[in-house]
Amino acid sequence: MQYISAERYGNSYRNAEKKRYRDRSRAELVETVAETVFTFCAFCSVLAVASITLYMVVNGTPAVFRVGLKDILFSSTWKPVAKEPSFGIFYVVLSSIAGTAMAVILGVPVALLTAVFLAEVAPKKLAATVGAAVELLAGIPSVIYGMIGMMVLNPVMYRLEQRIFARTPGHQFTGGANLLSAALVLAVMIMPTVISISETAIRAVPAHLRASSYALGASRVQTIFRVVLPAAKPGIATAVVLGVGRALGEAMAVSLVSGGSVNVPLPFRSVRFLTTALVSEMGYAGGLHRQVLFTVGLVLFVFIMLINLSLNRILKERERQDD
Amino acid sequence: MDDIKIRTDHLNLYYGRTHALKNVSVKIRAQAVTALIGPSGCGKSTFLKTLNRMNDLSGNVRIEGGVYLDGKDIYAPGVDVAKLRRKVGMVFQEPNPFPMSIYDNVAYGPRVHGIKDHGTLEKIVEESLRGASIWDEVKGRLRKSALGLSGGQKQRLCIARAMAVEPEVLLMDEPTSALDPASTVKVEELMKELKKKYTVVVVTHNMQQAARVSDDTFFFLMGEAVETGSTYSLFSKPRDRRTFDYINGRFG
Ligand SMILES: Nc1ncnc2c1ncn2[C@@H]1O[C@H](COP(=O)(O)OP(=O)(O)O)[C@@H](O)[C@H]1O
Ligand SMILES: [Mg+2]
Repeated sequence: MQYISAERYGNSYRNAEKKRYRDRSRAELVETVAETVFTFCAFCSVLAVASITLYMVVNGTPAVFRVGLKDILFSSTWKPVAKEPSFGIFYVVLSSIAGTAMAVILGVPVALLTAVFLAEVAPKKLAATVGAAVELLAGIPSVIYGMIGMMVLNPVMYRLEQRIFARTPGHQFTGGANLLSAALVLAVMIMPTVISISETAIRAVPAHLRASSYALGASRVQTIFRVVLPAAKPGIATAVVLGVGRALGEAMAVSLVSGGSVNVPLPFRSVRFLTTALVSEMGYAGGLHRQVLFTVGLVLFVFIMLINLSLNRILKERERQDD
Repeated sequence: MDDIKIRTDHLNLYYGRTHALKNVSVKIRAQAVTALIGPSGCGKSTFLKTLNRMNDLSGNVRIEGGVYLDGKDIYAPGVDVAKLRRKVGMVFQEPNPFPMSIYDNVAYGPRVHGIKDHGTLEKIVEESLRGASIWDEVKGRLRKSALGLSGGQKQRLCIARAMAVEPEVLLMDEPTSALDPASTVKVEELMKELKKKYTVVVVTHNMQQAARVSDDTFFFLMGEAVETGSTYSLFSKPRDRRTFDYINGRFG
């Protein structure tokens, strides 16, 4: 009796041991597989970035050698299909920079005040409603922004243009499709990004900082502008940089509202951006023209990379401050 | 008779349904340190915040009774809260300088109240930092971020920041509980120094500290001011059984 039970015990003990061993090796296997999958996925995105970079450099540089870097970047004549073609993208680069800058100047203050309203002023219910609207705004496809801009904004701009330039004989009328329209559309498009990231940053400012400010006799407005916003600065900078990236890279909406001729970027001029140049010409361009378009793409790519680098720097700065 | 700086009269405070202060009627002497002691959750911070109306900031607070500063009801309609808070300054438990330079931290209050002149601001900053016994440690780095200071230095900077608006009363909510012993000693010495000019009210859960720094002590229990009086008599011959139990470590 005792013997049997001892044997039984021994058996079951061995079985348990075996099972434990099996379980453990099974668990190890799962771990290994999971790790491999994670690594592979991470590797995929690195591979994607690396191969896109390589592709852009390989395809974007030949034209630089054939035409000359100076003649591409700093010449303002864009006549890719003329008998004696000229591939100066100076105005195109300038338009992209001007459009983005104007969008930021118009959009960021409004977005920032909206974020302040949502985080600091609005009662909970209202903040939730406005917040949901902002999120919806972020989800609208860019072509819709373009369409609405074309149907609603451009006519308004045209009327404005007619009024302003009524007595300016040399003015080339754009029908409202101009830099200002593009900047306005872009301003609206970057607002959701700037609002939601700034709002998060503002909400993350510790309550005791506000309390200290109030305890010194500061008003609510003083507290917001002198303590809360400065404390949220790294987050707000991140928001602005992401907004800049969004505006610079936007193609569809601006191609519908900006007119599309290569011009000095002035508010009431029809303009072509880096992105819209690609959208409108890539379909038919061949030979050297096509190669130059790749260079245009490369320039845009470099801009976006620079923006990401500065974003990284801001985030690192913030990490250091948190220590 | 000593001057009475602040008097409360049947003060009741409710957070929604929580009755956090019950019929508190006390007198706080001018140019003295008054310590508030009691187990945690008994309403010390709440009471302190009624003295500069910081409770106005949290939502569902209801207050009954009166708080009189120099005989004037601070909850009367038409009282300028900003002016009140300028007179009744506050230092918090966590040393919490603003994320800006040491100079800007101290100059914050005066600037908010409209002082723009550089010379004036510089004078205020220096005087306040001296008053908080931190001038010698920071005079060479006024333009550096205040976040780089040690915990004890930060707390003294916060005291300087509060002093910069020339208050008459300084409220301190457990100002040393986040500090190491050496910094605690410095802040305690500072409190004794401060009472020459200010009326100081300090919350502490440390009875030794109350005994060391204060002239008067109020013992709070479950929202009631159970016993008030001179620190010496409260600790040596408490009148209330509950005070006796508390200071002998029977609860809390
Ligand atoms: N903002 C608030 N909302 C609701 N209840 C609060 C709030 N602040 C404090 N209380 C409650 O009031 C009571 C007293 O709190 P407090 O004054 O912070 O005590 P102490 O500072 O003595 O530890 C506690 O029961 C606490 O939970
Ligand atoms: Mg407390």
